[in-house]
Amino acid sequence: MVSGSLRNRLALTLIGGAAVLALVLFVVVRNYAVRVAQQGQDNILVASATSMLDAAAIRDGVVEVDIPYAAFSMLSTPADDRVFYAIFQDGTLLSGYGDLSFSTGPAGANRQFQTRQMRGARVRQISASRTLIGANKRIEVQIVLAQTQDALSETLDQISRNAALLGIGFFTLAAALSFWASLATLGQLNKLTTSVTRRGPQDLSPFKKPVPREMAPLVTSLNSLMGRLDHSLSQSEDFIAEAAHRVRTPLATVRSYAEATLQRVDKEENREAMRSMVKAIDESSRAAGQLLDHAMITFRADHLEREDIDLVDLVRDLVLRLTPVAEMKDLSLSLLGDQKVPYAGDPILIQNAVRNLIDNAMKYSPPDSAIDVTVVAGAPARVTVFDRGPGFPPAEIATLTGRFQRGQNAANTIGSGLGLTIAQDVATAHGGCIDLSNRAEGGACVTLSL
Amino acid sequence: MRYIIVVMCMLAAQAGWAQEWEDRRVFNEGARVALRIISSTDTVLFAPLIQTFVAQNPDISIEYLVTGTADIDRRFRDSPAAFDIAISSAMDLQLKLTNDGFARPLENVAHLSWAEWRQSLFAFTSEPAAIVINRAAFDGFAVPQSRQELIEALRARPDVFRNRVGTYDVRRSGLGYLFATQDARASETFWRLMEVMGALDVRLYCCSGEMIDDLTDGTIAVAYNVLGSYAQARVEALAEAQDALEIILPSDFPTTMMRTAFVSDATTQPDAAELFIQHLVARQSKAGSGPHALPLLNGPQNRAERATIALEPALLTFLDTLKRNKFLEEWESALIQN
Repeated sequence: MVSGSLRNRLALTLIGGAAVLALVLFVVVRNYAVRVAQQGQDNILVASATSMLDAAAIRDGVVEVDIPYAAFSMLSTPADDRVFYAIFQDGTLLSGYGDLSFSTGPAGANRQFQTRQMRGARVRQISASRTLIGANKRIEVQIVLAQTQDALSETLDQISRNAALLGIGFFTLAAALSFWASLATLGQLNKLTTSVTRRGPQDLSPFKKPVPREMAPLVTSLNSLMGRLDHSLSQSEDFIAEAAHRVRTPLATVRSYAEATLQRVDKEENREAMRSMVKAIDESSRAAGQLLDHAMITFRADHLEREDIDLVDLVRDLVLRLTPVAEMKDLSLSLLGDQKVPYAGDPILIQNAVRNLIDNAMKYSPPDSAIDVTVVAGAPARVTVFDRGPGFPPAEIATLTGRFQRGQNAANTIGSGLGLTIAQDVATAHGGCIDLSNRAEGGACVTLSL
Repeated sequence: MRYIIVVMCMLAAQAGWAQEWEDRRVFNEGARVALRIISSTDTVLFAPLIQTFVAQNPDISIEYLVTGTADIDRRFRDSPAAFDIAISSAMDLQLKLTNDGFARPLENVAHLSWAEWRQSLFAFTSEPAAIVINRAAFDGFAVPQSRQELIEALRARPDVFRNRVGTYDVRRSGLGYLFATQDARASETFWRLMEVMGALDVRLYCCSGEMIDDLTDGTIAVAYNVLGSYAQARVEALAEAQDALEIILPSDFPTTMMRTAFVSDATTQPDAAELFIQHLVARQSKAGSGPHALPLLNGPQNRAERATIALEPALLTFLDTLKRNKFLEEWESALIQN
């Protein structure tokens, strides 16, 4: 269901990029510094060699090089780098260090740089030359000047350290920014998630709050999905109402015709047939009604809408409505318990559940018996229905609330097996339960805890 | 007969020794570790430093060999393994030895950056070159305070100073050459002074000591570019010299040299040698660590007032063969006029 984290992926990509960039930054800065530092040393070597060459002259046919004091003075470094030099006349050593040798650069270049090992140290070496024109000959004065690179490597170490610090600083900043950016981006997604989660069960209206452009397609799809859902829900609600109407009305008509025919038929066997017919119609009508009730309850329970009601009022209403039916069967129906039980719930569902329980009680009660309905306040609020019937078969108490389950002793009684299921669904939707038991003195007891 | 031969051999050996070294002394003989120091500093001036060292390190003995600055350079280049430490007042030669890789870098010697080079060459004194005069020759005359005044004084009484002025023979003395080249770099006055001295038949010396000897007994009246520290030591040691000599630090540009020491890269006793350099540098860097025969580094005067020769590669300049030949040529033509 969950495949990786978007935030981690985003952060990792950004941090990885930052790391690569930081490394590139370090390498570029360092290389640049190396070039600049080397250029600096080379420039000084050029200046020094040039000043030495400038001091070369032919006097009486002999080459003189009056090395200026500044030529070596300018080669002073903080690391006290060593200096080596050699002066050649047409390739013959005039003075200086014999272990240096002049190297000719590419044609046309009058100076040549080299980095090499000398006396156990790495030196940067310049070879430069100048042609002196004497009375009757041309003499080439060549100078080789070498300097160790201690100061340079100290500088480079320092620059490398600074470049590394720069890279790390850049990386840290970029990493922090990546975290912040991924959090901020996904914050929008979280906000949308929260507003979807917080919606009421009936709220299928489209999202109107502005979202970032990238999330607009998601919200549009979500809105269209919800639109379709809303449409089909209202269709099924309509369908339930329509079906209830279409099934119940013709059945009522058929029943009244059957009743009327029964009055007119004299023959005992025909009357018997007609009575069976009425009974069957009653059964169908009741079953259809309960099926529709159940469908309606399932729908309402899924989208429970609570309102403040008084349970006693609600049950009294129901008792008053059912009293005529009870009296037809010579049963007495009485309401007991508290005077007022305020409760927040769906009145239609609760009424439906209690009516099913009273219906059941009436069906199984022997004539001339009493049915007691008790409403008790508390947490949970309870509605209990007692009868003096045969009670539940003890072995089946646990399974009776299942859909279309009927007790074994109920075979002769009209019923669909949905009444207790409806009551149970309603209780569950309100966060409560239904409790079946048999009374010691006989009769069933059903408690609806809300 | 055999006895005579033995005596003669001993004398010959003695003479050979004497020829080879100006002075030789062994301190704390017979100790476990032996250090050989080759130096241009007179034993009497350097001995206190060695004595305090061997007192603190009784397991180290020191053989102290004295010779001229140019000779130190030559001997050291010939056999760098023969000496553990080289001490010289010729900063240029010492720097070149260091530059050429004869000196060993010492990690554990803390020193001022202007007084060391490559953590190998360590300066431990500040000593100005001085004009030293014999007071008798200037009786009733103003004592010259600068090179210019010295030139005027010499010119004013050539008969008094003829053959009675002295200075280093820069061809033989490394320190004399260093002073002369630095003077020449600083001012043209140097060359005029050399010409004046040349005209007065200057006497040339290899060492400060001999010059001071001749000054004290009146053989010469003026010595130029004498080590002030040597003259001062003589003045303090001899009452006779105290009356005769006056040391003048030229007010125009006093050239100041730093005596330097380094440990040979080929030494077999690097730890003992480093210990000695530490001792040397520490004792010479701060006042109040006992009596000092040699001037302290930085000295009692303010360093900024004096032109101290910097320890830098530029010191190699005048050691260049071509440059040296040219300089000596000019020097000779100025000074040796007959």
